[in-house]
Amino acid sequence: MNEPNTSAAPPQAEAILASATQWRRRIHGDLHEHIVEAIYGRASNLADRAISRPGHAARPTFDRTLDRILTSRLWGFPIMILLFAVMFWLTITGANVPSSWLAWLLMDQGHPWLHGLFESAGAPWWITGLIVDGMYLGTAWVISVMLPPMAIFFPMFTLLEDFGYLPRVAFNLDRLFKASGAHGKQAMTTMMGFGCNAAGVIATRIIDSPRERLLAIITNNFALCNGRWPTQILIATVFLGALVPASLAGLVSAAAVTGVALLGVLLTFLVGWGLSRTVLKGEVSTFSLELPPYRPPRILQTLYTSLIDRTLFVLWRAIVFALPAGAIIWLVANIHVAGDSLAGHFIHLTNPLGLFFGLNGVILLAYIIAIPANEIVIPTVLMLTVMVTGSHDVGAGAGVMFELESNDAVHQLLAAGGWTTLTAVNLMLFSLLHNPCSTTIYTIYKETGSARWTIVSTLLPLVLGFVVCGLTATIWRLVH
Amino acid sequence: MTRASSKSSVSLPVANTDAAPAHDGCASCSVYRAANLKKLGVTMDTCDFVIALAGNPNTGKSTVFNALTGLRQHTGNWPGKTVARAEGAYAYDGRRFKLVDLPGAYSLLSTSLDEQIARDFILFGQPDVTVAVADATRLERNLNLVLQILEITDRVVVCLNLVDEAKRHGVTVDDRQLARDLGVPVIPTSARFGQGLPELLQSISAVATGEIVCRPHRLATEPDAIKPALSDLVAQLRAAYPDLPNARWVALRLLGGDESIVEALRTGQLGTLQASAIQETLSA
Repeated sequence: MNEPNTSAAPPQAEAILASATQWRRRIHGDLHEHIVEAIYGRASNLADRAISRPGHAARPTFDRTLDRILTSRLWGFPIMILLFAVMFWLTITGANVPSSWLAWLLMDQGHPWLHGLFESAGAPWWITGLIVDGMYLGTAWVISVMLPPMAIFFPMFTLLEDFGYLPRVAFNLDRLFKASGAHGKQAMTTMMGFGCNAAGVIATRIIDSPRERLLAIITNNFALCNGRWPTQILIATVFLGALVPASLAGLVSAAAVTGVALLGVLLTFLVGWGLSRTVLKGEVSTFSLELPPYRPPRILQTLYTSLIDRTLFVLWRAIVFALPAGAIIWLVANIHVAGDSLAGHFIHLTNPLGLFFGLNGVILLAYIIAIPANEIVIPTVLMLTVMVTGSHDVGAGAGVMFELESNDAVHQLLAAGGWTTLTAVNLMLFSLLHNPCSTTIYTIYKETGSARWTIVSTLLPLVLGFVVCGLTATIWRLVH
Repeated sequence: MTRASSKSSVSLPVANTDAAPAHDGCASCSVYRAANLKKLGVTMDTCDFVIALAGNPNTGKSTVFNALTGLRQHTGNWPGKTVARAEGAYAYDGRRFKLVDLPGAYSLLSTSLDEQIARDFILFGQPDVTVAVADATRLERNLNLVLQILEITDRVVVCLNLVDEAKRHGVTVDDRQLARDLGVPVIPTSARFGQGLPELLQSISAVATGEIVCRPHRLATEPDAIKPALSDLVAQLRAAYPDLPNARWVALRLLGGDESIVEALRTGQLGTLQASAIQETLSA
């Protein structure tokens, strides 16, 4: 963008400022307060003249009753948690069928067909590998894993938003934010973060105090974003749901995902509390939170806009990142140096470290490849696991993101890769607690204008992730 | 994200009689001309007028924005949803209007970034018309902002939104009385259902073209003690910036020690009041 202007301030500017300062010293009383008083007085007067309440004013009893329940000290939190758990449960159980249908279409059918097309056109093996086995399969994976849960979750969330429930959530959380030393409006920016952390970071503009705004920016990453929901949902379904009878699997998985999301909220408070008592000390600002009236959601319009604007927008972003990521995965798995692929070297090198934290080298590499977008973590993990375990019967070999008909196959594959329940739990925890994606990091830099706070916001969750995973791994080892 | 509407021309539904404008007979009724609205989406390379949408949080600014431009800026039932500016365009009566959706603000005197974005645009962006969207169910509090906007600029249309909700709560707002008291057009609307928008379009157009000249009733906000200070500063400001339309307001803010206005004066931002130049700096 251009410089604000090319012409410098006229010479009179300083003179005007000087006389303003001079006059200001001579004025008694608070000018600001006087002006505000005059405006408020006039507004009240105007409103009185214009408003009439003919007959009996219909009291908004419905809104009041609902507010009394939804923001009650006793019921506020249980209802909130239950509501979100139900949404996750609907998403998890509802997404299964369309997910496997998409996987069948894009991978079982589309992939061999495209492979054949490239081969019959006489393309060299590495072109076919890079484009079909790398870029196409990576993208196909992202679509089949992400589209169904998003298409179910977003409309439900948007309906709640349209209805007016979100400010009530903020109202419920306000007390906790205040106790942690953060601004109550942070509840709003956290809610935005549940959709996208970059959007959540921009939303912190509603917070006036720089100290509290920084707190909100640093802790926004603890709100699970779109890109991480599918990881949580898939791993919870495959590993934790499998621990219990099939009839309970959906409930247990939903509970696990809700638990991780709540842990994120808890950490938001704890980290906020810690920061506001150390490096970001200061008073908590007061503010007024307006509870808007409940409005009947416009269902069709909501479905349409959340599907077109939100779902397709997020999906598009995922695809844009999956294309190059697919190519990179294929490359690191197929470029061989000193007897092993690049990926192989890295995984062998970092595996001991990963295992110490209850993870493994594959997960660590996946998180490096997925820095641009969390959406591609699961596809990357699966592809790399195939390569390391050499389960050629399941997939199509090195660097190919392969087709899996069912969640059972994912489970078998990961178990063959040395995964235990601990690995699954820690992957869910690490998915919550690691560096933000590159878009969010860039947004944090733009909003704070400070490299230092950008680094803090990036590394703090990562360090926390390793600490938490190390703790669960230690406890696991003690118990087993 | 916003997308252009697939429809190039849409006629708005006729507003109900409760939302009828305060003047005009049938022949020249704005509703007849509502079919002239063309939603242009993000096509706004050339425009005749710049219109700003300002108002308290959660009064329906984005809903009005979407209805006029055909864009789908995300709307939600909670305050603070819009934190940056969104821009779109529409054509009405053969003229092209660029519409800027500003973040909600309770006050133009505050220091939070989203409220500053709104204030800076009204002040420095020099929109041809500022549409102050007010919530009819919470009129008194909304008027606080309307009055502050009227301190900065004359060319204001008040969009009295959510009249349907007000009615549900048993509140009737006399829009004619309000228009007389404020000295600017007041249009009752229910933007969610498209009611009153034809009248709103008509008023915006009339104020932009100068067909309607607003005469806002300014209140005497300053105590007598500062009158000499004020007139001295206003004179100096007028001498330095002959084109500055709101010297009195700027002088008041300088006396109040508003840092961002001091800064604007120092960097010369006050001097360049062409809308285009300022818009670029704001979006930088």
